[in-house]
Amino acid sequence: MQPDEHDAGPARTATIEAFADTIIPGEKRSPGDRAIAGADSTGGAVAAGALELLEQPGGGLAEALDSLFYTLNDHAAGYAAKHGLVLDDDVPAFVALPFEHRTALVRELTAPEHPEKQMWVALALFSNMAFDSAAHISTAEALASRHPGLLTIGYFPPDADGLSRFPQYSYGRVLAPSHPQTTVTGDPA
Amino acid sequence: MTTATESTDVVVIGSGFGGAIAAYHFAAGGARVVVLERGPWLKAEEFEHDYKLGSSYTRVFDFVVGDGMSVLSGNCVGGGSVVYFATMPRAPRFVFERHGSIGRRMWPASISRDNLDPWYDRVAEALPVTRQSWDRVPYAGGLFAAACAHAGRTANPPPAAVDLDECVNCNWMMAGCRFDAKRSLLLNYLPAALAHGAGIRPLHEVQQLTRNDDGGYRVHYRIIDDEDYRILHESGAIDAKLVVLAAGAGATPVILQRSEAALGPMPHAVGRYFSGNGERLNTAVFDEDRVREVLGLSRPGGHAYAAYQIGRGPTVASWDRLDGRLPEYERFSLEQLYFPPGLGTILAQAPGAADPSWFGLPKKEMLRRWQSWLTIFTMSEDDNEGVFGPPPETGNAHRLSMQMLGDGPLRYRPTPNTWRGWSLADAEVKDILERDGLARVAPWTNDLVGAYTVHPLASCRIGDDPATSALDDRHELRGHPGIFVTDGSAVPGALTVNPALTIAALAERAMPGMVRAAQERGVAVRYGAPAPGAGTAARVATAQTA
Repeated sequence: MQPDEHDAGPARTATIEAFADTIIPGEKRSPGDRAIAGADSTGGAVAAGALELLEQPGGGLAEALDSLFYTLNDHAAGYAAKHGLVLDDDVPAFVALPFEHRTALVRELTAPEHPEKQMWVALALFSNMAFDSAAHISTAEALASRHPGLLTIGYFPPDADGLSRFPQYSYGRVLAPSHPQTTVTGDPA
Repeated sequence: MTTATESTDVVVIGSGFGGAIAAYHFAAGGARVVVLERGPWLKAEEFEHDYKLGSSYTRVFDFVVGDGMSVLSGNCVGGGSVVYFATMPRAPRFVFERHGSIGRRMWPASISRDNLDPWYDRVAEALPVTRQSWDRVPYAGGLFAAACAHAGRTANPPPAAVDLDECVNCNWMMAGCRFDAKRSLLLNYLPAALAHGAGIRPLHEVQQLTRNDDGGYRVHYRIIDDEDYRILHESGAIDAKLVVLAAGAGATPVILQRSEAALGPMPHAVGRYFSGNGERLNTAVFDEDRVREVLGLSRPGGHAYAAYQIGRGPTVASWDRLDGRLPEYERFSLEQLYFPPGLGTILAQAPGAADPSWFGLPKKEMLRRWQSWLTIFTMSEDDNEGVFGPPPETGNAHRLSMQMLGDGPLRYRPTPNTWRGWSLADAEVKDILERDGLARVAPWTNDLVGAYTVHPLASCRIGDDPATSALDDRHELRGHPGIFVTDGSAVPGALTVNPALTIAALAERAMPGMVRAAQERGVAVRYGAPAPGAGTAARVATAQTA
């Protein structure tokens, strides 16, 4: 499918979602979901809010998403041709790639020698950040809405005032011999 | 000059350890002092436990991606002390004898561990820094200690600048301490400097220096937007008889490079010899059953560990390889560490996974066990490989995000020497943690943002040799009298331990000489102020150490 420049919205969204889903895979939102490959059984980067984070003007990638969308699909078409894959043309090329091929392409794009590496690494960084820290919303809101990333990592929720405190924190005993030359101030000699 | 420019005795650029210590002593000694800080000025009640972009968490530190090296540094009043983990060991004796990449002693002949110890004492008294006891070591530190002991190694709770009576072990210290438990500069040197009349101006980013006819300097700054650091507002300038440059090892050389057109040639070592303190990270994922069976650990609630989130950064280190008899580049310390989410998971590789191991399904599996993670921080001896390219138009980076994220001109290619240390450390970590099935461990990838450091050093360093050092042993910039550098950039090379106490001790040591230089420039100032809050700090430190 050739992206229609006048209506890049849904195609762009699906393409960037597919990239984020490659970084932290998740479950399909519906049986017909094409952007999310469905490689895992719980919410991934897309459900965690990767698109919302990427579209925030403060993040620095919002204005680049159009260009990333076109470039990623160009790379996907090239990748498919190189590997003899025939892609559905009813979705953007990257979305049409099976999950393992999306993974292989992202690995290529983020490799140290790739000339565009910095942009793809940034896209991966934000996809991951949406998942592991819900950087687009307040942490309180994320926890209240059962954010899939914070849920997955088993993040301990804060106290009622929004602040974390862990009154039980120590095994409370000596667990190793100290270095024999430790000085009186507790320093290396 | 056609317009009147503001003038003062001393301008201090940056308010981290190097800047705050200078500001305090100059102000206490009677000099007029203005501190220019590019970051915001936050107080304890403004430090939020929130990962949202735009919260205090992203306002107070910078992550600058270079070519082969990324640098995490403070960006606020208090600088590194606000975002640091407050682990404050002294550098081991052999560090001062290092030759590094130049084939002879890197440090000035006038500095050794023995004669730096009294200055370490001054800082320890001021913050204060206290010896830590095992009964208050958080679970993650305890786990590392137990694993070290099981493998026949030693482990120590290093000295720290944390008031444990106030600490709630929330592990939010990288975003500033909400409870004023972490002894940042906001609690000692900076308020003391203010009390003596120093002015601190946040969101003032110094761009360059020019020289005035009277031998003093004009410091040129731009005002940074309070919310979107990509936006710069009006410019201004202040004249000073003496300048203390302490913008951090990632920014000090950039300011000097940008000043070269006006000031004349800089010493060769400005923007060269950068060290990342030989830093490298490994992340282990522990098998909870094996932790219980092999190490005999358990905590209330039925878990053996599963407490990565609980604690206060690094609390236990293993110093077995800090042995001066070992060859250079083979000495390192290992420290248990907590890295918060947001930036703390992306570079971790899933142990044993096929490439790619930093994203995708294996990584998600690894994230499911996040509370059983343990991050091990290596500080080794690198080769001072870092070189700064041409400076960006403003600041020290091209800012990508409104806060926190930018790309900068630093280039770093680790030498075989540096890789030797990293490889030995990786093997040591693996040997300790994978023993008897305790954990699986893998180093962070260097492929995404290069190597990375939270302790940038040496980009404008002291030394005796003008060809390989930018500063003399008094911290004065060679060929540019009246400019002194007192931050991490002045440290000659990697320290094998956390560097904050050494940076601070060097700044304290440089003070008498800087005060003399100011006197010679007509400033009415004397040296000899007590430690800030000395009436109580030393007693508290002694009481906690006893």
